[in-house]
Amino acid sequence: MSNNNYFSGLFCGVRSLFTGLSVTIKEFFTPKITEQYPENRKELKMFDRFRGRLIMPHNENNEHKCIGCGLCQTACPNGSIKVTTEMLETEEGKKKRSLVSYQYDLGCCMFCELCITACPQNAIEFCTDFENAVFDRTKLVQQLNKPGSKVAEKKPAVKPAAPAATPAAKPQTTDAKSEASNLETNSAV
Amino acid sequence: MFDFSIVTEWINNLLLTLMPQWAATLVECVLVALAIITLYAVFAIILIYMERKICAFFQCRLGPNRVGKWGSIQVLADVLKMMTKEIIDMKNVDRLLHKMAPFLVIVASMLTFSCLPWNKGAGIIDFNVGVFFFLAAGSIGVVGILLAGWSSNNKYALIGAMRSGAQIISYEVSIGLVMLTMIVLTGTMSFSEICQQQADYGWNIFRGHIPALLAFIVYLIAGNAECNRGPFDMPEAESELTAGYHVEYSGMHFGFYYLAEYLNLFICAGIASTIFLGGWAPLHIVGLDAFNQVMDYIPGAVWMIGKTFFVVFLLMWIRWTFPRLRIDQLLTLEWKYLMPLSLVLLVLMAVCVSTGLTL
Repeated sequence: MSNNNYFSGLFCGVRSLFTGLSVTIKEFFTPKITEQYPENRKELKMFDRFRGRLIMPHNENNEHKCIGCGLCQTACPNGSIKVTTEMLETEEGKKKRSLVSYQYDLGCCMFCELCITACPQNAIEFCTDFENAVFDRTKLVQQLNKPGSKVAEKKPAVKPAAPAATPAAKPQTTDAKSEASNLETNSAV
Repeated sequence: MFDFSIVTEWINNLLLTLMPQWAATLVECVLVALAIITLYAVFAIILIYMERKICAFFQCRLGPNRVGKWGSIQVLADVLKMMTKEIIDMKNVDRLLHKMAPFLVIVASMLTFSCLPWNKGAGIIDFNVGVFFFLAAGSIGVVGILLAGWSSNNKYALIGAMRSGAQIISYEVSIGLVMLTMIVLTGTMSFSEICQQQADYGWNIFRGHIPALLAFIVYLIAGNAECNRGPFDMPEAESELTAGYHVEYSGMHFGFYYLAEYLNLFICAGIASTIFLGGWAPLHIVGLDAFNQVMDYIPGAVWMIGKTFFVVFLLMWIRWTFPRLRIDQLLTLEWKYLMPLSLVLLVLMAVCVSTGLTL
């Protein structure tokens, strides 16, 4: 019995060795994946999931999707996002928050993507641009909303949903803690 | 086949016309030594470059490609760096042994290197018990490694040296038995005659068919272990022992170990090609006379070096495929599998030769 184990073990072992050798010899002849960076700078394309730096996409009318809720600022563990908003009155007499500036400090960012997960409007995303080196730290602080841009108006078809959304949005503050306490007081009442 | 001894005899006669016998011998010794050292250095550089490139290709990388075209002078740059490094004097080491150990290793390596038959009539050390001389000279290297570990006054170095000693002494048994198997086939221990026979009657691996093929595989495994390489690099296991026996060496003393490691690989492959693949003997196929004629025009040295590099590639392929063995697995492989197998092969080969079953 033990003799059988000896020989079957030997042959199994040898076969597995040849399996390994065949895997590596295939690898030997496959095209190599190494990127030769400075030379292939023109045709180098980073993979989609690469987190280079934060951007706020604008459409052709210079409109972005940010509603200035500040959830990204709350979510950021490093405090690298600073959202400044102002209250504007619409023609219907309603007050509406509007984005003034969206400041992003690349030097503080740790590319955790928590801001993007937190954003309810999908207004921000990471681009694959990785050549971010500058000679001065102040240049790392970027304003993501372009000058003169405004928030993209939603289609009129969504309008019936809007009145329901506005009262819920009313107690919304940029501070998550006060929001939680608001909810607590509501339930206590 | 071009006989290189014409050249050596011409040089000998030329020297004899200019000086007495003893001086001619002296000059010849110096010339041969220079030739060996030059070849040694050149092959070391080629092998290190080859290893880095092949390793990279097996890992889906490109390897060195910045210094020179395709990184071709990367190794030269490394050698220059190594030579300008300081050799640090350690405190609390056994001075004499610590300084002697790398030289023992390199001397053993060079002695075995000069056993290789480069061409017809171009063997440097060649006499009737060449195979025994090769095995004996190769074993000096173990002494160097053990001394390095012992004299370094360092736990890691000592453990590495002990593992290396256990490993090399074990696998030497297999190497010896496999070589005996082939000696049974050829009936001679002189490397030049082994090659001559293979040039006349065909390569040993074809003549000895099944036992020779198995012996070749056993030799490759044991040879890889002898060089402390591949899945058998226990003595250097960098994750456990930092660098093993040469952890306390710096500069060119470390360089000697590095050189010796690669040259031992080359020697191991060279002996494999000598005793199994015909050495400088060209490939002949019975019945294809035109083909054989063409093969005869390729010089013997090209055949020898080509075959050696082929075996080196096989060894590197093995090295970059398999994970490192544990020390007990290593000794199990030798004493429970390879050694019995090579004993069986020895008997099998003897039976084949005595009943005339060889080709």
